[in-house]
Amino acid sequence: MLSVEGLAVRYGPIEAVRGIGFKVERGKVFALLGANGAGKSSTLAAIAGLVKPATGRIDYDGRPVNGLPPETLSRAGIGLVPEGRRIFASLTVAENLWLGGAAHNTKGERQQLQHEMEERFPILRERIRQKAGLLSGGEQQMLAIARALMTKPKLLLLDEPSLGLAPQMVEKVFDLIASLRKEGLTILLVEQNVPMSLEIADWGIVLANGRIAVEGSGADLLRNSGVANAYLAA
Amino acid sequence: MDVFLQQCVNAISLGGIYALLALGLAVVFSIVRLINFAHGEVMTIAGYAIWLALLSSVPVAAAIIMGIAVAMLASIAMERVAFRAMRGASVTSLLITSFAVSEIIKVLFQNGISARPVPIVLPAWMSGSLNFGFLTISVMSVTSILVVVISLIALTLILTRTTLGVAMRAAAEDFPVVRIVGIKANHVVALAFAISGVLAGVAAVLWVAQRGSVDPLMGAAPVLKAFIATVLGGLGSLSGAVLGGFVVGIVEVFLQGYLPESVAPYREAISLSIIIGLLVLRPDGLRPAPNVNRS
Repeated sequence: MLSVEGLAVRYGPIEAVRGIGFKVERGKVFALLGANGAGKSSTLAAIAGLVKPATGRIDYDGRPVNGLPPETLSRAGIGLVPEGRRIFASLTVAENLWLGGAAHNTKGERQQLQHEMEERFPILRERIRQKAGLLSGGEQQMLAIARALMTKPKLLLLDEPSLGLAPQMVEKVFDLIASLRKEGLTILLVEQNVPMSLEIADWGIVLANGRIAVEGSGADLLRNSGVANAYLAA
Repeated sequence: MDVFLQQCVNAISLGGIYALLALGLAVVFSIVRLINFAHGEVMTIAGYAIWLALLSSVPVAAAIIMGIAVAMLASIAMERVAFRAMRGASVTSLLITSFAVSEIIKVLFQNGISARPVPIVLPAWMSGSLNFGFLTISVMSVTSILVVVISLIALTLILTRTTLGVAMRAAAEDFPVVRIVGIKANHVVALAFAISGVLAGVAAVLWVAQRGSVDPLMGAAPVLKAFIATVLGGLGSLSGAVLGGFVVGIVEVFLQGYLPESVAPYREAISLSIIIGLLVLRPDGLRPAPNVNRS
């Protein structure tokens, strides 16, 4: 579904990602792990079109997509839940969902989808007319995910969805990822919570200093967690 | 007492025009971080469009609509031709670009038409006045206030009831995420410039109707006031721009009306001092933008 080859991302003289490659298979959860500053978010940003890769190739659904603008990639089915949630704080919960579904659906479909989101996330229904900035961190994360689901993604990129959440909320987020996978969604997950990510991931890679340090199936990495931890502690 | 009330009406009517212009600046700034000093020239363009239409004996109502439509198109064209290429550039680069556009348009009008004002004759009833017993108010002032109120309501509806309008508010907060959900950046930006152009066009109609002429520098002074209003309100804040516009208009009219003869030449300086005083008290403006300014 997604194939990345020799991807490098630079911000001026700083090289955040230095030539990495991996393949995400349809219907699988792929975990991208690593310490702060290892290049995880930059990799996602490049796939979603937020930054232009310096070099390398990104293929999605068999077509090269590197360098395309984010709105085109979104319309092609790549959904991003950005780091730090980045919900529209001054808009209501309903307006956040509205924008999520605006470019991908007719008005009727959008309302139907919003209804489904409210079923899935009852907390959002309760607060549908409130400003999104008033939601708690966990609720904002649910909203960010719901907003991305409103775009009817085929590939969902999740950037640190459990960051800064209470343990109970973290549990909920991972349950949600598991159920989305069951529904057939392909997921590329960037996380710092290594054990929980590896538990649900089919395949994972660990980045260190912009390069792939270790890779393997979720179960293997979990078993050899000493190796992974060595890089994550950096 | 009646003089005071009349001054109030004048203040609200002038403040309303500044509010429309300030709103136009704020709508664009909130999204593309551009302080568009060529906004005044959009106003001037609308003025000349009305002049030309009336000269070709187009009916007044049609001429007004044409003026506003031309302002909208001029604003969209400015973005396409000048500002789109500069998107993402620093605030300073964008500012200088807008000065360039502004100067070019002024010179075109000075050389192409005339550096001197050309008269615009509007029907007599528009310059008449209404009598409420003790109070006499000009028709133009009342019309201005009504038009400003209608424009503000229309804008509010666009910003809360249409997808692109909601996207505009979201873009003021976090533009990249608006693009991530698939909404085209160019559409959002074009709508912002279109709205800004329409507001400048409406302001131009009111301005021209009160002054009866158009000249190449027509838009420069009011847009400078409008810029002060946006800073006073909180740069990038829409409700702040409206509030700032009214404050600037009210200060100007009351100083004009009540300042003693001897200090009258210092009117502008005094009005700016009052505004600086307000900014000392509220450095982020009267109603700061909610913007989080993520990178």
